[in-house]
Amino acid sequence: MSNAPPEQRGLAARWMILGEWRAHPMRVLTAAAAIAIGVALGLAVHLVNASALSEFSKAVSAVNGDAELQVRSTTSLGFDEGLYPKLARTSGVAAVSPVVELEAGTDRPGETVTVLGLDVLRAVVVTPSLIGRPLAAEGGDARGPTMEAAFDESAVFLSPAALVGRAVGQPIELIAGGRRATFRIAGVLPGVGEERRLAVLDIAAAQWRLGTLGRLQRLDLKLSPGVDAARVAGVLQQTLPSDAQLVSPESEERRSDSLSRAYRVNLDMLALMALLTGGFLVYSAQSLSVARRRPQFALLRVLGVRRRALLAQVMAEGIGVGVAGGGVGIALGFGLADGALRLLGGDLGGGYFAGAKPQLVLTPGPALVFLGLGLVTAVVGSLAPAREAARAQPAVALKNAGDSVDPRVTPAIWPAALLLGAGAAAAFAPAVAGVPLLGYASMALLLAGGVAAMPRLARVLLSGLKGRSFGHVAPDLAIKRLWGAPSQAAVALCGVVASTSLMVAMAVMVSSFRGSVEDWLAQVLPADLYVRIESVGTGGGFDPEEQARLASTPGVAGIAFMRTTMLRMSADAPPLALIARPEGGLDAGAPPMIGRTEPAPPGAIAVYVSEPAAWLYGWKVGQRIDLPIGGTPPGAFFVTGIWRDYARQHGAVTLESHDYTALTGDRWRSEASVTLEAGADRQDVAEALEANVPERLAGRVSVAEPATLRDMALRLFDRSFAVTYGLEAIAIVVGLAGVAATISAQTLARTKEFGMLRHLGVTKGQIVAMLATEGALLGAVGGLAGIGLGLAMSQVLIHVVNPQSFHWTMETKPPWGLLFSVGVALVVSAAGTALVAGRRAVSADAVRAVREDW
Amino acid sequence: MTAPILQITDLTKSVPGGRVLFEGLDLRLAAGEFVAIMGESGVGKSTLLNLIAGLDQADQGAISIDGADLAGLDDDRRTLLRRDRVGFVFQAFHVLPHLTLGQNVALPLALQGQRGDRALERAEQMLAAVGLAGRANDYPRQLSGGEMQRVAIARALIHQPGLVLADEPTGNLDPETANRVLEVFARQIRGSGASAVLVTHSEVAAAAADRILILGRNGLVERAA
Repeated sequence: MSNAPPEQRGLAARWMILGEWRAHPMRVLTAAAAIAIGVALGLAVHLVNASALSEFSKAVSAVNGDAELQVRSTTSLGFDEGLYPKLARTSGVAAVSPVVELEAGTDRPGETVTVLGLDVLRAVVVTPSLIGRPLAAEGGDARGPTMEAAFDESAVFLSPAALVGRAVGQPIELIAGGRRATFRIAGVLPGVGEERRLAVLDIAAAQWRLGTLGRLQRLDLKLSPGVDAARVAGVLQQTLPSDAQLVSPESEERRSDSLSRAYRVNLDMLALMALLTGGFLVYSAQSLSVARRRPQFALLRVLGVRRRALLAQVMAEGIGVGVAGGGVGIALGFGLADGALRLLGGDLGGGYFAGAKPQLVLTPGPALVFLGLGLVTAVVGSLAPAREAARAQPAVALKNAGDSVDPRVTPAIWPAALLLGAGAAAAFAPAVAGVPLLGYASMALLLAGGVAAMPRLARVLLSGLKGRSFGHVAPDLAIKRLWGAPSQAAVALCGVVASTSLMVAMAVMVSSFRGSVEDWLAQVLPADLYVRIESVGTGGGFDPEEQARLASTPGVAGIAFMRTTMLRMSADAPPLALIARPEGGLDAGAPPMIGRTEPAPPGAIAVYVSEPAAWLYGWKVGQRIDLPIGGTPPGAFFVTGIWRDYARQHGAVTLESHDYTALTGDRWRSEASVTLEAGADRQDVAEALEANVPERLAGRVSVAEPATLRDMALRLFDRSFAVTYGLEAIAIVVGLAGVAATISAQTLARTKEFGMLRHLGVTKGQIVAMLATEGALLGAVGGLAGIGLGLAMSQVLIHVVNPQSFHWTMETKPPWGLLFSVGVALVVSAAGTALVAGRRAVSADAVRAVREDW
Repeated sequence: MTAPILQITDLTKSVPGGRVLFEGLDLRLAAGEFVAIMGESGVGKSTLLNLIAGLDQADQGAISIDGADLAGLDDDRRTLLRRDRVGFVFQAFHVLPHLTLGQNVALPLALQGQRGDRALERAEQMLAAVGLAGRANDYPRQLSGGEMQRVAIARALIHQPGLVLADEPTGNLDPETANRVLEVFARQIRGSGASAVLVTHSEVAAAAADRILILGRNGLVERAA
């Protein structure tokens, strides 16, 4: 018996595989292209996100300098500067650099810069990368001593990004803390990269001229050499007041990662949906190919090819498709990512990296992972057809006795039930590290279960037609064929159901989200006009006197001022929004509530928490909670209710305006909602309000009607979903291309059958009509099942993936019109594809077709 | 007395549903012997060939090829035995459409692990022997039915099997072509020294064999030549 070396034993398999690919190149190319598109999209989205995140991290570290540890204030209002000497005396701390950190507007409309006020003598030891280099006015190195410029209270050093379009020696206006101050550009910050607009000035000048006297936003720490950093951190933690937190470079990295993680993972997963659809396409192509070659495989078995060698041959074909598709996909992915970064910057619509212009980060890791995913998808897609090829009985298969499944046998439902059950169970599992991995697993299992249920479901849906005669050859033959060749029908349906259900699930989720946002906007914008200050920087806004002046504007019946600041709950999580709402109780103009409310007990400070905040921090109505504001004792705040908020993914806490002022001392307000007197003209009042704006804020205040804000919000919504729509559209195109390829290949493989029918007297037209009917029936059954499955999967997206990713809930609002159109489009495209392929198939000579060997 | 290439003892086979095709079937085929098996349609002639090839399982009895009892071999070993010791010719040719004629013929050698160039060289010789010299690089779609069957005969004999099983090899051919194919088949069998079992309805085809056996419910009965 033969004991040839493996490389020679593979000769026959090589001949078989290459022969098949040479004979049917388009089928192989279609399957490989589907894998390539999936891999390319997945890799491109991942690379763009990774590049943007890397840029964002660099920007964060640019602001933080080289500090080993930082103490940061929980709100932008800062902590008492008395903490600085206390920490400086802590054992293990070599040096402390006090920092004022503010976001400031500039004399350029819409521009904001991060202002750092530093004590140069301290910063040079702790964060030397933040020290400015003085330049002479013409751009060369200054001859004067560095320290002199650094201590000049009017000098400011700009990062290269902020210096663009400005020159050394020119004045620059900074607006923050309700102040407007002019400084002179003294030089550049050579240690800060291109990624961030940064302005560094003397700490005393920052406190005095930008209104932060006695307050610091952070302390940068340098530890003594050889000291145990964890021990020092522990000691420092004990010393900190409630409005300050200890932050390490690692926790900052985690914070910047968690800021956009859910969005990035969602895009990654969506891109992988295209790959999944590609997997089904490989499955369809391989199943069809195996079905067509069943007698050939039987011959090989007769000639002495073992079962596992056949299995290996079909798997090798799948691996070939995976490697080719994956390889092309990797190249395409790099190109797509590079193009996207050049054209769109780092932001793919979510707004997390808006304005970032990152460079493509090329690392082999992700490319290998996506190549592997492409390969795995192709291999998994080939597994079932390969097993079928290996299991066939050669003596039976050699006779080519038709479909491999006996039409009289009811297809088993238990594998589908098992998969659907596992999918439903996974939907109830919690998020893993804040990411709904099991939610996505649930969708994949539901999809697999739905596809596995198709043979049985198709039987049920077609059973009403079985045995019924329409009196016409075409429909009668079409129904008999679908009934008599169940496994071939199932393969075609598999592609239809996979692509339809994914498309429907996404469409229902987006429609539900948009509908819920529209409802929410109608609830949160009840006033007649809204006043908002743009790029005003930290701590700015209307002071109490200016608020009173605005309230007295003719035509204004009532005006409610608000303040929104950031509140850091922990070192490694993105900050919450802290919103001070108008006087007169939280019920006045309260946000849309979810569930019950409960009044705060005496002595407690009432707060409403947003749905994402409640989810992220586990807060419930009636619970006493801690918030790091104004040195309040533990349990000082009481959750009165939970409100729906689609604007702030990382959570928001609302408290009464007077409580906010009492806790923070901040009387400034930055937004207002205006109710008009009866009969007052909106336009007139808007103009009057703008005229009443203080000179300091001229050109920075917008007065808008709710309809304008609603339109703007929905435009932002659509923009943030633009990439989602794009990815989904590509997944649909891949899916429909797969359906077309499957139906077309199945049709062309039946040339012999058509030749036989022609011999029996069936006209070409009747055969084409039969094929169109088959296609239409397949499209209808697949569309119906796909829409049903898609609706089920959309519930996982709406009630599991979205809440676990973004921490908000929504109501299901299916786009019925779109779903109907999808159903019609499927029937038409399936029938059309069958018709076009049918015309080609019947054009062959009938006599020759019948005589064909296979 | 030389050892038989094929020995069948007390073979019984029934089809699903319980109908007995044949029982107590015995056959001894000496090396180089060529027998034809005839019988009515549905009597189990093709099934008997499948049983001999190890592609189907008997209810009872034993089959041994070259002394190897098929019942004692698992599927893999039966497959390897078929690969090395058996050649097949079918009624429907079964020539692979996407392989060249040379590759089709060389397939058994490739499966045995021979080098591609040597296998193809031998295939060219075999094609020449069946009257298809210089056609190794053609594809099957360019052939007539008779030519395709000659390719199948070349493929069945290229690896010098001890036993060739032929199931109605002329059933799809017109009488004139059938005669030519039969002549090639018989010549090649005799030339190679292989034993052959030919299942046929054709008296003309059966006449080429050393012995003619008639298959019935009680097994094989020899008919006078």
